[in-house]
Amino acid sequence: MDECSYNFDKLPHHTIIIDVMIEVKNIKKSFDGVEILKGISTTFEKGKTNLVIGQSGSGKTVFLKSLLGLFTPEEGSILFDGKDYKTLSDEQKRELRTEMGMVFQGSALFDSMTVSENVMFPLRMFSNQPLSEMQDRVDFVLKRVNLIDAHHKYPAETSGGMQKRVAIARAIVMNPKYLFCDEPNSGLDPRTAIVIDNLIQEITDEYNITTVINTHDMNSVMEIGEKIVFLKDGHKAWEGTNKEIFKTDNKSVTDFVYSSDLFKKVREVYLKELED
Amino acid sequence: MIYLENIGRYFLMLKGVFSKMTKWSMLRNLIFKEIDDLIIGSMGIVCFISFFVGGVVAIQTALNINNPLIPKYLVGFATRQSVILEFAPTFISIIMAGKVGSFITSSIGTMRVTEQIDALEVMGVNSLNYLIFPKIIALSLYPFVITIAMFLGILGGWMASIYGGFSTSADFVQGLQIDFIPFHVTYAFVKTFVFSFILATIPSFYGYYMKGGALEVGKASTTAFVWTSVVIILINYLITQLLLT
Repeated sequence: MDECSYNFDKLPHHTIIIDVMIEVKNIKKSFDGVEILKGISTTFEKGKTNLVIGQSGSGKTVFLKSLLGLFTPEEGSILFDGKDYKTLSDEQKRELRTEMGMVFQGSALFDSMTVSENVMFPLRMFSNQPLSEMQDRVDFVLKRVNLIDAHHKYPAETSGGMQKRVAIARAIVMNPKYLFCDEPNSGLDPRTAIVIDNLIQEITDEYNITTVINTHDMNSVMEIGEKIVFLKDGHKAWEGTNKEIFKTDNKSVTDFVYSSDLFKKVREVYLKELED
Repeated sequence: MIYLENIGRYFLMLKGVFSKMTKWSMLRNLIFKEIDDLIIGSMGIVCFISFFVGGVVAIQTALNINNPLIPKYLVGFATRQSVILEFAPTFISIIMAGKVGSFITSSIGTMRVTEQIDALEVMGVNSLNYLIFPKIIALSLYPFVITIAMFLGILGGWMASIYGGFSTSADFVQGLQIDFIPFHVTYAFVKTFVFSFILATIPSFYGYYMKGGALEVGKASTTAFVWTSVVIILINYLITQLLLT
């Protein structure tokens, strides 16, 4: 990791907090009478890259937005570090949200701001540091995501991969406890997708963040899925690690993950290696 | 039923706009930006329309005075009354509903479509306050725009009368001064101030709560223009009934 003169003690949230995790208990969510989430329970542990996978329409995005508090489940509860989101006051919810970082599918960068201003936005909004310290922190996180010369560019002037990296930089600039990513690889070429995957995993390890990623990308599943939750028709159909997904005989999972011949072969090779 | 639901949601939105204020250092910059976009950016079209419509009002009045018993100063009088009472505050507000209103709806709507509003919420920012409050404050300068519209409307009428040969300068100025009731200006500014709030909030409402994609942003802009205009006309009637009768 690159050295930086930035003083982390002055950040509103500290990186070293023990046993931070997200606990989801039987959440249900409907839209216009159609039940999208049908009672999902799971846990996301600290310092792990947790992946939520499933077919389009399986409820992944609704699930992630429920975790973020953008949707309110009709039933069930979501506990952040033991605190039930539903029982928090509006002020406490806003405080909790400052501990979250989110990478949206389309990056959701502010069009009217430069890359540097986008990344600095949460700092300007929530910290009282002098501008020079904020700029140091922005330089540090942009360097961390390998964006050196993009400070003064507007989002429209950058590529999809750069926008994703700016979104990651913005998500981590406040040293969040929780990092959420919605399809971080969508629209990216395979090489850039791997770079983004590796970056998210490195950041998760370095800062001991609880990371939850929604993805369709099977490379991500194989490479960084320390915990995988498979959703099907609003239910949790399976959960396990990227090692266990090779061995599972759950038909829903195998039909989804090994739908291509390539991944079927990868699985065969992996299982053969295990036997040997 | 949907109208009642929207009215309820509009007032809940207003509650959200005035709660959990954004940090002043951020808000200040946003207000200046909105003044530039909404007020300064509208000056050109307001000045252009005011000047020429003022001229047309004077010409129309002059052409319709055939009776030699009607004094010539009536052209100036009618221009003043039309411009101060209705044209500047109401007609310009309808134009602003199209110009500023569609800009507000489409900019907020695009932020909704591209998940920028979700990004604000996830960060713990009160997006309603962050996006709408600066627009309300910026548009509170709208009465200054209307002052300029009044001035240019009357100036346009004066020039059209003189250079079109419909009236002399002395007659026109006499008409401007005759039976002047200062309360009419107060009435115009009360209306303008209320309209400025409507201009900021109704288009914001349609942008903030829109669903869908680019096509829906366009539809939301159109709907916002229609409803802003309808509300301005209704409020105009109500204020006129309350203040002038």
